[in-house]
Amino acid sequence: MGTDVNKPFQGEVGRPVPQLEAQEKVCGSAQFIADLYRPNMLYGAVLQSPHAHARILKYDLSQALAIAGVRAIVTGDDLQENWRMGAFIKDEHALAKGKVRYVGEAIAAVAADTEAIARKAAAAIIVTYQELPAALSPEEALLSDAAIIHEAAREYVKVFDTGTKANLCSRTSFREGDIDQGWRDSDRVFEARYQTQAQAHVSLEPCGALAEMDANGRVTLWSANQSVFRVQANVSESLGMPMSRLRCLTPRIGAGFGNKMEPHIQPITVLLAMKAKRPVKLILSREQDFEMVRARHPFNIRVKTGVKCDGTLIAREVEALLDCGAFGDDSPGVLGYALLMSCGPYRFPHAYCHGRLAYTNKMRFGAFRGFGVPQMTFAIETQLDEIADALNLDPIEFRLKNLKREGDRWLGGQTIASNGLAECLDKVRKASGWNGARRRSDDAESRRAFGVACSAHISGLLSTGAIIRLLEDGTVLLNTGSVDIGQGSNTILSQICAEALRIPLDRVGIASPDTDGSPYNWGTTASRVTYMTGTSVVGAAAEVERKIKDHAAEILECAPADLELIPGGLVAIKGIPHRHVSFAAISGRAHWAAGGPIIGSHSWVFDQKTVDPKRASVTGLPFSQIGAFVFNATVVDVEIDETTGKCRVNRAWSACDVGRAINPQMVEGQIEGAFVQGLGYALFEEIVWNGAQIANPTLMDYKIPTFVEAPSELYSIIVESNDPTGPYGAKSVGEIGINSVAAAITNAVNTGLGVRLRRLPLTPERVLQAMIGPEQNQETALSK
Amino acid sequence: MSERATIVLNVNGAAFDTSAVAYDTLLTVIRDQLFLTGTKRGCNQGVCGACTVLSDSRPVRSCLSLALDCEDKRIDTIEGLCDHPLMQALQRSFIAGGAFQCGFCTPGMLVAAFALLMNNRRPSEADIRRTLSGNLCRCTGYKKIIEAVLGAAHALQDGDRRE
Repeated sequence: MGTDVNKPFQGEVGRPVPQLEAQEKVCGSAQFIADLYRPNMLYGAVLQSPHAHARILKYDLSQALAIAGVRAIVTGDDLQENWRMGAFIKDEHALAKGKVRYVGEAIAAVAADTEAIARKAAAAIIVTYQELPAALSPEEALLSDAAIIHEAAREYVKVFDTGTKANLCSRTSFREGDIDQGWRDSDRVFEARYQTQAQAHVSLEPCGALAEMDANGRVTLWSANQSVFRVQANVSESLGMPMSRLRCLTPRIGAGFGNKMEPHIQPITVLLAMKAKRPVKLILSREQDFEMVRARHPFNIRVKTGVKCDGTLIAREVEALLDCGAFGDDSPGVLGYALLMSCGPYRFPHAYCHGRLAYTNKMRFGAFRGFGVPQMTFAIETQLDEIADALNLDPIEFRLKNLKREGDRWLGGQTIASNGLAECLDKVRKASGWNGARRRSDDAESRRAFGVACSAHISGLLSTGAIIRLLEDGTVLLNTGSVDIGQGSNTILSQICAEALRIPLDRVGIASPDTDGSPYNWGTTASRVTYMTGTSVVGAAAEVERKIKDHAAEILECAPADLELIPGGLVAIKGIPHRHVSFAAISGRAHWAAGGPIIGSHSWVFDQKTVDPKRASVTGLPFSQIGAFVFNATVVDVEIDETTGKCRVNRAWSACDVGRAINPQMVEGQIEGAFVQGLGYALFEEIVWNGAQIANPTLMDYKIPTFVEAPSELYSIIVESNDPTGPYGAKSVGEIGINSVAAAITNAVNTGLGVRLRRLPLTPERVLQAMIGPEQNQETALSK
Repeated sequence: MSERATIVLNVNGAAFDTSAVAYDTLLTVIRDQLFLTGTKRGCNQGVCGACTVLSDSRPVRSCLSLALDCEDKRIDTIEGLCDHPLMQALQRSFIAGGAFQCGFCTPGMLVAAFALLMNNRRPSEADIRRTLSGNLCRCTGYKKIIEAVLGAAHALQDGDRRE
């Protein structure tokens, strides 16, 4: 650990260092949930509901229990009625209890010596049902004579004013200005309906869990997750266990995209392990992962926009209807957040944005990268292009004219601290050589067109913490409880820690999240780890620095204020670098002679209010303090085959204002990955139901983008607005890159076709039909 | 249940006594009996490519290969290929280029890319896209993987020239 005090400090923030886990990931030694084995371990399997809606009359387990190697079976009878979990509404049991509410819902689970035996036994469980009428769409579910999916919904514990009634799960509205005045002030009014589909997350790793109970009844649980703390809370609520009896840990995570934030089969696995009194590993098959976990919400959206002839936006009304699926999960949050973003990053003096969320007899819908904003952006950004077209304005100029700027208020009233969107738009315009016209391809078989769209997102939400311990040798151990779901947050947080303490990255160790030992962290979700946890890391490092300086001041006989950290793990008198003490010497002194081990900690909760009651009237908003704003502009160059209707994104430019790129290579990775996931959403990904049953729960039938569909050229452009509230100016990048992709592609396709498509995905069939008979696809565009 | 048979599998150059019933896949046996867990189960249907291994030097889906059929084959998994200079070039290039995020698809991706470079030391971008199109990645958007495979090919060519 020799240190050259004269060597300039390279700095860790802004460096494209490889992931800390790189070596294990390329060698196949990274351990994901399915790769964990425990002595005496059993394998679990789940029985799923064949009915969309039915009362469970009885279970016959005798045949299943008679199979050799079966060790335990659990059903809803193992649960108490009041053991319900849910992020916003406590409406969900660990296993179906009393009723099943969708095809595929977990009814019972088996632990057995092998996976094959467990699956065979699960299939041998006989359940007697009384079928009930089902409601399979939100429109149907909200009819007065619809079957009621949760009879006790009004009595469920809720964390905000939901307005729950019959199958209405929750409703939210925002009002700002005077919408009626807005219509009067507008020269033109545009209105249309937009429809989006269900998208599956398809993390390459299916969900799974491994649970083990010790002789004292305390449970250790490993699982594919985005937050060990949310796992702990959900298992605890759904199994009536004190949190102190449950320790949650994480292996490596094979990506999340929202799918692993709230529970999947962790409670079932714990229940099995407690009943079998042996460790149980339960890994979902790909089909079960499609059928039982969650997906992106389908939205029906009506958008009405009033505008002046010069292109000044005046009024916006949005009405959204969301399919919740059978359980609330994150849905109320998605509705509230999508509405918060429904005016986009533009100035609207008058807005009225409202929506409803309806329980249906389908798998729950929930968090998915973008959290409702890709759906909303598809609607509002394609409508902006219609308006630009009608007013004969360039789509980019039209957007620039109306942008909210730094210091402006967001819908609801929160002030925007930093905003690099104008720069994003400028950069994608220049880089792409933007041209708003339809072109022919060289071979004349296809049409080509550019499309543009903008979006915003937040980074923030709820609480988080960090603990930094100075180890005996002067290196440090960072412990944040943030689960790295593959995006690289362990590396980012270590870079921030190294930068703050001016030490090389290899002197920072990072603890694996553990509910026994890590500070609380709400989760790796809401694009929040860099911004929220990064802030805590800076705070904890500041405390370590203060304590180091207190020691050094005594050793060097000076005032702490006269000291500074110098690169490489040293503290020295300002301007006299050779009068220094090493972290190792200080830590040794602290451990063995004076003061005790040096520990720095920090925790906080995001506390800027989303709503200023003097500006906006808001009902039913699940989160009252949301986050700092990030921005994006996307341009795509799309080719439409006139014979097949197939669309291909040839080139794409995505510029994101991330505040500051702590690790530019990882920022690019997020932008590129989000773009291609958005491309699949725009062009072909769709969960299809055949009646109540998912018709395509396999990767054979549900296609995600491959190397072939990925754009020939994909350019990620990093814009750094240096947010004054973020760690080293950083905001976030996890979600922002996906929000505008479907809108930008649709705008290109619409320009190419000369027709307005308002429904995703843009399958060849729909595109071809639009070319042949445009009137079928056009909704009424009202204008005055 | 069908009858369990004892079989010897040649994996990564060593012989292993294993046992399998008729429907056990190679994937299940190498994971649950040999604990070579670098080979992943992503779909169990031959679509995602996360379970790719080499069978007599050809890339195969171990989730579609029955273990009992593999007795006279030479099987190579990511763990065994780590010592090969070509794999090491790929690994270096993947790390330097940020060609993975969660890493779940990475072993299968690397094995497939290894087979590609064994057969074609100068693949074009189109070759890479086509040959790897059966390996899915949900994190990266593929761009950095293509660049990393090209980078490894170039590094190997430079190495060849020096020799």
